[in-house]
Amino acid sequence: MAVESLGEGVAPRVEARGVGPRWGLAVGALLVGALLVGLGVGPVGIGFGDIVRSALSAVPLLHVHSPLSAVQHAVLWQLRAPRVVLAALVGGMLAVAGSAYQGVFRNPLADPYLLGVAGGAGLGATIAIVYGLVGSGARWGVPAAAFAGAIAAVVATYVLGRSAGQARTSGALVLAGVTIATFTAAVQTFIQQLHTDQLQNVYAWLLGGFSTASWRDVAVASPYIALSAVVLVLHRRVLDVLSLGDDEAASLGVDVARVRLVVVVAATLGTAAAVSVSGLIAFVGIIVPHTIRLLVSTSYRAVVPLSLAVGAAFLVLTDVLARTVLSPSELPIGVVTAFFGAPFFAVVLRSARTMR
Amino acid sequence: MIELDGVSVRFGEVEAVHDLSLTAEAGEWVALIGPNGAGKTSALRALAGLVPFSGEIRLDGSDARALGRRALARLVAFVPQKPETPPELTVAEYVLLGRTPHISYFGSEGRGDRESARHALRRLELEDFAERRLGSLSGGELQRAVLARALAQEAPVLLLDEPTTALDLGRQQLVLELVDSLRGDGLTVVSTMHDLTLAGQYADRLLLLDRGRVVAEGAAAEVLSEANVGSHYGARVQVVEQDGAVFVLPVRSRG
Repeated sequence: MAVESLGEGVAPRVEARGVGPRWGLAVGALLVGALLVGLGVGPVGIGFGDIVRSALSAVPLLHVHSPLSAVQHAVLWQLRAPRVVLAALVGGMLAVAGSAYQGVFRNPLADPYLLGVAGGAGLGATIAIVYGLVGSGARWGVPAAAFAGAIAAVVATYVLGRSAGQARTSGALVLAGVTIATFTAAVQTFIQQLHTDQLQNVYAWLLGGFSTASWRDVAVASPYIALSAVVLVLHRRVLDVLSLGDDEAASLGVDVARVRLVVVVAATLGTAAAVSVSGLIAFVGIIVPHTIRLLVSTSYRAVVPLSLAVGAAFLVLTDVLARTVLSPSELPIGVVTAFFGAPFFAVVLRSARTMR
Repeated sequence: MIELDGVSVRFGEVEAVHDLSLTAEAGEWVALIGPNGAGKTSALRALAGLVPFSGEIRLDGSDARALGRRALARLVAFVPQKPETPPELTVAEYVLLGRTPHISYFGSEGRGDRESARHALRRLELEDFAERRLGSLSGGELQRAVLARALAQEAPVLLLDEPTTALDLGRQQLVLELVDSLRGDGLTVVSTMHDLTLAGQYADRLLLLDRGRVVAEGAAAEVLSEANVGSHYGARVQVVEQDGAVFVLPVRSRG
């Protein structure tokens, strides 16, 4: 005993609990599994092994032959793959942005729409749909308008929050976000009521979905999402420092106002890009980070990177449900996430008391 | 180590600290005392770089304003009166966050940082608590964890805002003894304190503030007079000196 107490063996474990190999592997497996399910499930059934072999056949020098027919090949790579990849990008983005927002605002109920992204995007998309800005640019009118609306709304929130005087406190910013979100929602509803003939199209967009996903959507959204995700993942330790409060983070040498701005800008860019190609998908930004907090760790070193992967897997699987439950017609994905999200949110609310 | 020259802190129309001058040598402990609202905490926060001030603050010879936030954090560790202690964090994780000023913005802790954190834990006798959650600690243990976090910062100046507020008498003495023992390593301490008897016993020098101004300065026996405490705190006290220590005892006024 005496010898043991002198040895290295009893030295306390002094390190931060990050992702860890166990959870890293589990979440990696979840993501791969979700992608395979997403690619395999549908009216045209395609086996998992065939998916893998088809993917490998595209790799030179391996000499693997694709077992798929031409139709299967087209369904897999032109219809399902872009849809699955886009759902993964959007889900990962919304979840990682939610975790970052919860960190910078130190509010467990913050989600990526907190500062008005959703309201702004909804207004932009509604204007584009109703006034037919779709014209020659065809498919790009709505996403571009949604993206512009989202960015404009958050800029308005930031300007309003700063002019409220207490730019250093996050409370003013959150209130400004509520103000802008309410206002844009009112304008959006008003425009929508003036044009009830377009009601169906507007609702279809608002509730979100991936039914028209293409590789072009992926190409347009992925640069923003990749940049945003990289910036947020790099901030994971700084977000832990912010959990000590503004004063203590500042006394540890962190420029709190600047960190908050950088994180908000990154999360907003990524969220706006995600929303513009998928519509408004509720709850992902709250459910996913909180699940990780409950199961793995409350440290942002675990929450931020795992949110990215679990959010991606979650939305891919939710999209599978959205397109199979009422097949051949589709449920809006926002309905599916909210259906699972609302009961989960109740649990989060109950445990949020012990979180702060 | 610390020089304040004509430091004033304003919050809008209100001047919380007026023309404060103070020097503290390396290894010295200076206590700021005074009634509620006297400006003790504001003075401390100015030193920590958390509120704007006029006048000049020099730390180890360099102008505090010219130092960046990180450079300042390597010189000054600050423990607020009510530190934020996320209950899910382990003591070790919490103490490691004290290494922030030594870690690059996007970096993570290295071996040296873990060693410093381990040293801070050892210094405050918290090794057995390293993997406990902050939420499971008692008040005294929590205060030691907070001190360990500040110590891990390895700054030569330690600012303590009411370090003993929530503690029982025994824990108060324990924490103050620990702080005192850290001074052996050359740590300069500036603290605000409510308990005048303890302030007198642990600090080398007392600064009595009232409405933002220094009204008395010096050793405990000089500052803690019945007249001083009476006029600035509006308190009726009896001051007893015994074996070089000063005891400030409240006396209930009758009639």
